[in-house]
Amino acid sequence: MSIQSEVGQADLTLEPSVGDFIQLMKPRVMTLVVFTALAAMLVAPGSINPILGFIAIVSIAIGAGASGALNMWYDADIDARMARTAARPLPRGRVTGDEALSFGGVLSVGSVLTLGVLVNWTAGALLAVTIGFYLFVYTMWLKRRTPYNIVIGGAAGAFPPMVGWAAVTGSISLDSILLFLIIFMWTPPHFWALALYRCRDYERVGVPMLPVVAGLPETRKQILLYSIILVPLAVVPYFTGLGGIAYLVSSVVLGAVFLGLAVRVYFTTEGREADTAARRLFWFSILYLYVLFAVLFSEAIFHRFFA
Amino acid sequence: MTNDPKFPQRLDPAAEKIRRRRSIAIALTLGFMVLAFYVATFVHLGGNVAKGVM
Repeated sequence: MSIQSEVGQADLTLEPSVGDFIQLMKPRVMTLVVFTALAAMLVAPGSINPILGFIAIVSIAIGAGASGALNMWYDADIDARMARTAARPLPRGRVTGDEALSFGGVLSVGSVLTLGVLVNWTAGALLAVTIGFYLFVYTMWLKRRTPYNIVIGGAAGAFPPMVGWAAVTGSISLDSILLFLIIFMWTPPHFWALALYRCRDYERVGVPMLPVVAGLPETRKQILLYSIILVPLAVVPYFTGLGGIAYLVSSVVLGAVFLGLAVRVYFTTEGREADTAARRLFWFSILYLYVLFAVLFSEAIFHRFFA
Repeated sequence: MTNDPKFPQRLDPAAEKIRRRRSIAIALTLGFMVLAFYVATFVHLGGNVAKGVM
């Protein structure tokens, strides 16, 4: 059965709804972006007026959503041929390319200007870099050209804590770069785990994901290598004073589970079990990042209001 | 006889409803922007206006 028949014919006669535009903004990705940015804002030294803090978070969320819309605009051709993305508003014909482009463009400019004018220009410039990196470097340049697309392109998803940090402090520091590095090193094992069990999709549309180009064994090895770097790196915030004892315990325990799952992916190479191992790592990696930042977030709240 | 579309074209009720909701969402977004800039200006000025600080 073709994807076209699975998702139905494109219907251009329908008006795009508010929900279609919200879907263009990749709300699930936005949640993670907002969460990591908010955690960075709370752990950053200094303080920000709550109203400006709220404006900063909304701007970051909208900026992230705008880059999602621009990504969907550019990738509409391949999205239509992949099962995971075929139901997005553009492939379904709910939103036209021009609408997605203008929506993403206006929100990008609006979010950067709002953050720059109302909060500070370091944060505004970093948000602009994030959007630009995701659209020009990842989506347009790397995604269809190199199997290391998500290694370099992953930087776009790693910038939000730096934006949040800059919103509070007006600067970039080693601690904010550390938060950036954690997400940067987390991205390859996360996406390659997904690519392991979705590689036929990527192969069909010609996206050179690592499993398609280098094969499954090499991908499993790379997942393990990145996990070995990520897990100790994620413990470092405890030693720089960003995280407390709760962070130390969670980063060590969750890191051990992460490594265990990566090892299982490495050794489970055949049949349905291999897919299951990759799926488990993919879903756990999301939980891993959420919990790490949630603990940072909770500790910061505790210190600010109760300690 | 031509097949040129007549303007303004009438939308069916469902499409009309969707368009209205979209317009409301745009209005709310713009309203939020205005409010954000208005309030943030006061936050930046702080007590300086009352004190006469430029």
